[in-house]
This record gives sequence, structure tokens and C-alpha cells, in this order.
Amino acid sequence: MKFSVLVNEGPYQHQASDSAYQFTKAALEKGHEIFRVFFYHDGVNNGTRLTVPPQDDRNIVNRWSELSKQYNLDLVVCIAAAQRRGILDVNEAKRQGKDSNNLADGFRISGLGQLIEAGIQAERMVVFGD
Amino acid sequence: MLHTVNKSPFERVSLDSCLRFAKPKDAILLYEDGVYGALAGTRFESTMTEALKKFRIYVMVPDVEARGMKVDRVMAGIQPVDYAGFVGLVEENCPVQAWL
Repeated sequence: MKFSVLVNEGPYQHQASDSAYQFTKAALEKGHEIFRVFFYHDGVNNGTRLTVPPQDDRNIVNRWSELSKQYNLDLVVCIAAAQRRGILDVNEAKRQGKDSNNLADGFRISGLGQLIEAGIQAERMVVFGD
Repeated sequence: MLHTVNKSPFERVSLDSCLRFAKPKDAILLYEDGVYGALAGTRFESTMTEALKKFRIYVMVPDVEARGMKVDRVMAGIQPVDYAGFVGLVEENCPVQAWL
């Protein structure tokens, strides 16, 4: 079955990004297709590669990147939410005249149309947030 | 239809709202802090006893255990699931409504 996942909460806040990851992983392991994981609101903070959690803690950002690599997952960060929170890829950093970028491997920045498409294309949309 | 509730009923009204709007035979998954609503011996127990007559109710076991409790604290009639079980509930029920 084809699922989409929406993540509205940042990492290390409560539990939403952990739950979303565990759900996504379990769905993929059961052989389902994840059409897209869309990160919205504070959820865009799941996509910064500059996070450095303590070594004995899970690395939520890397975990998403690795899952994306393993299953060719489409991880999409909302552009408007990302710009407000300082999440930029190479092109956006250049376009906004910023000196650096921080989008993690496996993530891409795009618009809300991608969320709508995820809702239309998938048979189920599962939302995680606060 | 599957309803997901991730906050404690002692903190938010999301479980109350869910129970008010859910239709008979709907499935309700209590996960994250929502698992506190599934515990036996709380002042929410009578509400859940009534809810169990109308709805299929599930509780996320890893989230119960992550809070230092064993699954035997959960009320009888509430069915334990893990993440694979959560995926199964999403397969079986459409749509999925998150009470955030």
C-alpha cells in the first residue's frame, strides 16, 4: 500500500519525529511504499545536518538520511517553513545571499504543492505532530 | 476510520474530542503520552470502559514501556500493538485522523 507521512514537530522536542520515523521504518519493512515524508512547521528542523546530539543519544537527522538512502525515500522540507527557521540547501543559500547551507543528505526543499500531491497520490496520509 | 491520540488525557482534551467525534466501530490508537489514557485505575478509566463498548481501542506497547510501565497496567479490552501493528491499523482503516 502507498503511504505518505507528514511531520509537524522538530526533533528532540516531544516524540513526534521519533514516532514518525519508527512508523515509516515499520511500513517499509512490511513492504509498503512511502510515497513521501513531508516536513512542515517545526518539522523542518529534522532536516539540518548541523545537529550534534550526544554520542549516546539517537541522531534523528542522520537516521532519516540513512533511511532515505536505504529505501530511496523522498524527504521534502517545506520551503517557507524552512526559510523562517534557517534551513537552506545550496541553491537557497545562494539565492538568499547566505554564507552557508545546512540541509542534510536525502532531504530536498520544495513547496506545499508536494504535500497536496502526497495526499492525493498516497492511499493513506499519517500525520505526526504535537 | 483510525483515530490517533498522542497526548495524555490528563494534559490535553484531544482524547475527549476524539471520543466525542468518533463513530461506532472506529479504531482509536493511543500512543506516545496518549498511553496514559489506557491505564487501569485512573480517573479516566470509566470513560474508557464506556468507550470500549463503542470503539476498538489500541495501545502502543513500546510507548507504555518507554514510560517505565508494563503492559499489564493497561485496561482489559484495550489491545496492545507495536509499530508493525500501527502500520497494520493504517492498512485496515481509512482515513487516518490525528488528534493533535
